[in-house]
Amino acid sequence: MSAGSPQALAAAPAARPGVPASAASRLVRRHPLAAASAAFLVLLALAAVLAPWVAPYDPLANDYAAMFAPPGSRHWLGTDSYGRDILSRLIFGARTALLVGFSASVVGATAGALVGVASAYFGGVVDLVVQRVADILVSFPLIVLAMAMVAVLGSGTANLVAAIALSFTPRAQLVVRSSALQVRHMVYVEAARALGAGHWRIILRHMLPNVLAPYLVMLTAFLGQAILLEASLSFLGLGVAEPTPAWGLMLSGAAVEFVQRAPWMAISPGLAITLTVLAFNVLGDALRDALDPKLRV
Amino acid sequence: MLRYLATRLLLVVPTLWAVATLVFVLVRVIPGDIVELRLVSGGTYVTREVIEQERARLGLTKPLWEQYVDWVGGLARLDLGTSMWTGAPVVREIAIRLELSLQLAVMATVVAVSLAIPLGVWAAVRRGTWVDHAVQVFSVAGLATPSFWLGILLLLFLLWTFRWLPPMLFTPLWVDPVANLSQLVWPALAVGYRYSAVATRMTRSAMLEVLREDYIRTAWSKGLAERPVVVRHALRNALLPVVTVIGLEFAFLIGGLVVTEQVFNLNGVGKLFVDAISRRDYTLIQGLMLLVASVYVFVNVGLDVAYALLDPRIRYR
Repeated sequence: MSAGSPQALAAAPAARPGVPASAASRLVRRHPLAAASAAFLVLLALAAVLAPWVAPYDPLANDYAAMFAPPGSRHWLGTDSYGRDILSRLIFGARTALLVGFSASVVGATAGALVGVASAYFGGVVDLVVQRVADILVSFPLIVLAMAMVAVLGSGTANLVAAIALSFTPRAQLVVRSSALQVRHMVYVEAARALGAGHWRIILRHMLPNVLAPYLVMLTAFLGQAILLEASLSFLGLGVAEPTPAWGLMLSGAAVEFVQRAPWMAISPGLAITLTVLAFNVLGDALRDALDPKLRV
Repeated sequence: MLRYLATRLLLVVPTLWAVATLVFVLVRVIPGDIVELRLVSGGTYVTREVIEQERARLGLTKPLWEQYVDWVGGLARLDLGTSMWTGAPVVREIAIRLELSLQLAVMATVVAVSLAIPLGVWAAVRRGTWVDHAVQVFSVAGLATPSFWLGILLLLFLLWTFRWLPPMLFTPLWVDPVANLSQLVWPALAVGYRYSAVATRMTRSAMLEVLREDYIRTAWSKGLAERPVVVRHALRNALLPVVTVIGLEFAFLIGGLVVTEQVFNLNGVGKLFVDAISRRDYTLIQGLMLLVASVYVFVNVGLDVAYALLDPRIRYR
């Protein structure tokens, strides 16, 4: 990820001809789309972290004198039905999207990896039952699974993260398990057992580090999906609750109702979702090609 | 073939039974009291007695195994129980909305196929050119675009260019085809574009693989024109993985419908699901989850049959 950072990009032109180009300039030349995505995501992450200083307005401040203000010099992207500045809400919404996206993907992929490796390690009936359950859960579309989890867990941001993470888990588990099965019969696992290592020590210290490649590929593939899921659930009123700024939430209700009067309310949040998910997907594809071209999530 | 089909269909029963069990476990065993959540989420104050009465009414005071036997026993009689919210049978609630959703799913699949196959073939034939790159960007963007946002953009486009909005009320296809289609074409486009992305990629890579085969070189060298080589020799042989993807996507379509129906204010299965979740109507949620899983299972059986029809090398016993 550091390949797209400003320092790395600035260092690139210094490379003399004949000297191997730096990783960053190679990335820009060979995968221009991936480089652009990385740059976009770095900017987005910066905006999210620095939101209180970058955003021109308080994202929660109603301004009834400026309801439905079109984009202009005072409000660059216009205001919504409460007179709230859309640009500021977009910037703070990036926090929600990245926070939910990252935590759900990390939790989901990690939980899946643990279950997958453990299932491959123990084998037998445990493996069989765990696999069947995962097979069934995978037959549900992600959004259906996430919605069902929201229904069971209740609303709120933490539960939203849990719901998205839980719907990723069976997918992660199936992918990691197949890699773990190859690792299971490696000599070093046998050796660890011969030395008297416990089950969990073998799983955590010897097997888990060796399924890192599929884990990382999956994690990046999840990021885009998680952000899309968060947006969809918030749009449906099952995710992040008002008045927290969230992109999906900005598209629901008034944005659809007043689409003719204030189209800017609907256009920019959707664009933010699309660009962010696109950037994560492009980066994920690039990472997959770099780490293991055979893996498909 | 018939014997194979019969065995496959028989195997559907234990699969669906396992799904039903899992759905049951998901709803009952995960912490959180259904009734309490449902009554308290309304924001009103309720006494313990009211909650207990409601629990008894819904049969939740029975031991878990008895509830399970009730649920699975009901399924065997195609009885999914009654909705906790409306009191109507779950089967009825679903049935009245299935027509709209099924039609939308079929239309969206038609949109996806008619985008994916020509684009995927075109990109493969013009590999490495700007056409290829443009098609790939188009399909990657499709995966990233939320279908509900695309729906809003479509509505906006209709408003700006034609000063017209699609009708709000659903009319069945056979009553008034024009009104029906002018309402459902737009959500079908929004969902179809998103679902074309994976199929486009699959068509492209399957075509690339087939185009390397010897018989394609033979076809070229005997002087065939591009069209018969690409369509008759290559595409027909590349179609199998594409059909798989399209079939599975059809099974997954309900996910796309969930959000898109909301934008276009369509009273379909997707909207029913959203309502069921926000009302915490657990029997309805169970029924809908089972519906989604059954569609997936039956589509898989259908795909296996389709393989045999499309590929003469595949024979089942």
